[in-house]
Amino acid sequence: MSIFIDETICNGCKGLPEARCERICPGDLCYRKENTKAAIRDQSACWTCACCVKECPVQAIELRLPFQICSNGSSLKARLKHDKTIWTIWDAERHQEEFIIQARCLKGD
Amino acid sequence: MSIVPIDADILIIGGGAAGCFAAVEIYKKSPGCRVVIMEKAHIERSGCLAMGLNAINAYLHTGQTPDSYVAYVERQFEGIIRRDLVYSIVQGLNDAVKDVEKMGLPIEKNADGTYKMRGKRSIRIFGERLKPILAEAVQKTPARVLNRVVATNFIYDNTRVCGAFGFGVRDGVFYVVRAKAVIVATGGASGIYRPHNTGEARNLLWYCPWNAGTGYAMGIRIGAEMTSFENRFIALRVKDVNAPTGTIAVGAHSKQINARGEDYLERYYKHWGGNRCLTHHRLLATIEEKKNGRGPCYLDTTTLNEGDERRLKEDFLNMNPQIVLLWATKERNPRKKPVEIYGTEPFLVGGHCQAGYWIDKDRRTTIPGLYAAGEVAGGAPKKYVSGSWVEARIAATTALEDIKDVSLRHPDEDIIRREKARVLRPLSIKTGISPAEARERLQKIMDEYAGGISMNYELHEERLLEARRLLKCLRDRMRDLSAMNHYALVEALECIDRLDVARVLVEHLIYRKETRWACYQTRLDYPEKDNSRWLTFVNSVYNPKTDETLMIERPLCP
Repeated sequence: MSIFIDETICNGCKGLPEARCERICPGDLCYRKENTKAAIRDQSACWTCACCVKECPVQAIELRLPFQICSNGSSLKARLKHDKTIWTIWDAERHQEEFIIQARCLKGD
Repeated sequence: MSIVPIDADILIIGGGAAGCFAAVEIYKKSPGCRVVIMEKAHIERSGCLAMGLNAINAYLHTGQTPDSYVAYVERQFEGIIRRDLVYSIVQGLNDAVKDVEKMGLPIEKNADGTYKMRGKRSIRIFGERLKPILAEAVQKTPARVLNRVVATNFIYDNTRVCGAFGFGVRDGVFYVVRAKAVIVATGGASGIYRPHNTGEARNLLWYCPWNAGTGYAMGIRIGAEMTSFENRFIALRVKDVNAPTGTIAVGAHSKQINARGEDYLERYYKHWGGNRCLTHHRLLATIEEKKNGRGPCYLDTTTLNEGDERRLKEDFLNMNPQIVLLWATKERNPRKKPVEIYGTEPFLVGGHCQAGYWIDKDRRTTIPGLYAAGEVAGGAPKKYVSGSWVEARIAATTALEDIKDVSLRHPDEDIIRREKARVLRPLSIKTGISPAEARERLQKIMDEYAGGISMNYELHEERLLEARRLLKCLRDRMRDLSAMNHYALVEALECIDRLDVARVLVEHLIYRKETRWACYQTRLDYPEKDNSRWLTFVNSVYNPKTDETLMIERPLCP
C-alpha cells in the first residue's frame, strides 16, 4: 500500500473533467471509478511522490510506505495553502507532527 | 484511431526542468515563435522534480571560478568530461538560478541577500513546488502544451529531424507534430536494471520510474551518436526510501560509519582520500564494507539535536517525504538509530553522470534539426537541475538561430502509417507477452549479466556477451508484446525503449576495456584505470537496418 484513498472523504472532484489526482499523477495511476470515487490502478507502480496527496482539495489521500519497507503504520497528509505547504505526519500511535513550510515566493516578496 | 497533425516552429519533447526552461527562453528571445511541448504526464508535476527538490547542487559561490569548477568535475570523473560543455554550463549557472528565483522559488539567504552557502557548490532551496513554479512560467507564454502525450519516435527523413510522433494516452489520438527544430529533453533512464525494492514497492526508485529512456531510444533508432553510456550512475542513498544522503551529510555533518561504528572511509580507505574521496569511491567503500562483513553502513545521526531533526524533516518533506514516514516510529528515530545507507540499482543519466547524446557546444546533436538539453544530453556530468536550465537556454538559442532558413517538411505518408502501426501493435495482440513480463525479463538479464545489484555492479566480458545474446533474443520476442488498454500500451512502449537503450549500454560496457569509474563501471577482467589507452570518449551509432552498433572513440577535446 502506497496511497490510501478514503472514499468517505473523496468527492471525486465532481464537476471537473478529471479528478485532480487523476490529472496530476506523474505515472498516470489515478482514475475515477464508476461510483465517481478516485482510485489507484496499480499500487505497485506508485513512486510515493505524494503529488496526489498534495493536490487533493479535501485531503482524502494518505501516503503510507509499502509494508515490506516499513511496518510501523505511519502515514502522512499534506495540503497546499497559498505560499505554504502544510504537512501532517502520524506515527504508529497516531501521535501527530505538523510542518508548515514555505513553498513559493508570492509577488512582491 | 484518428491522426492529429500539429505544426510548430520548435517542438520540445519533455516538459521537465530543461523543457520548461527552454520554452520560457524561446518566448523571451522570440515571442512569435510557435512552441509546442510534448509531455508524457502533466507539466505541473512530472518527471524527476515531481517530488520536489531541497537543494541546488550546481552553483558558483564567491571564491569559486569557472576554471576551479570544471577542474572539480574533471577530477570527480577520472579525467573524462567534455570541458567545453561543462565550462559553458558553469558560466550560466547563477543567472539561471536567479531566473527561477524570480519565477517564485524560495532560496535560503544570508542577511545581505546573497544565497547562503550549503556546500561548496550548493544552496538550500524550499523546492516542494519547483515543478509547478516552472510550469506556471510556461503557462504565461503562448507555448502549446500537449499533456499526456507520449513521444514515440522522431519524424526523420534520413537527412533531418522534422518533428515527432506522439500517442495521446487520454484521447487515444496519434499526434504528428511537424517542427523546424526539435529539442529533446526527456530525461534519463530508470528501470533498466532490477530494482532494489520488489513487489508492492517495485517503483520506489531513486529516479523517476516514468523516465524510461525514451529520448535516448528515439535517438538510437535514427542513428544519433551517443556517448558514455558505460558511465552508469549508482546512487548512495538512504536504504529503501532513496533519500539523498547529502541532506544529512552536508546539512547535519554526519559521518559514514560501518556496523562496528568505525569511520570506515578514514580507517580503511585513506588511500582514496578518506572522507574527502570521490563520489564513486564513497559508494565503492560502502560496497566493500558489505563484502568484508562490516556492513550495513550508516550515516551517524545520533549526534543530532531536536532542532536538527526537525530541520532535516523539513528538508526531506521538500524532496523525499518517504523518509519522514520511515522515521515516524521510536525505533527508527534518527537521533536514536543511525540511518542505513546503500547503493541503488544503476541508472543512465546525463545529469549526475554523462550518458547521453553527443552534442556540440551549442547543443546540436549529430542529426540536423535535433538539439539536446538536460539529463538526455551527454558529456557534462554534475549539471543537475541548474545545469539543465543552462543547457536548455543554450539549446533554445541555437535552435532559434538555426531555423531562420528552415521550412516545415511534409513527412512521407508511408512513414506515418508505419509508425502508427508500430505504436498500436500491442493493442491488437490478444495473447502475448505482458509489459510486466517484458520488464522483469529485461531487468533480470541486466542485473545478472550486466552488473546489477546482485553482482555488486561488477562486469566482465563473458557475462556481458551473454547479456548481449539474451537481449537480442528478448528484442526478437517483443513483437508479441500485448497491451489491454492505453495505460498498458504506454508500459509496452516503455519496455521497447528501455530494451533499445539497454542493448546500446551493453555495447558500451563491452567496449571500454579498463576500470574507469569504480562501481559505475568496474571490469573484473580489466581492473586498472589505463590512461595510456582509455583517456577517450566511447561513443556509439546504432544502425537500424543491420541491427548493429558501431563503436567510435572520440578525443576528450573535440
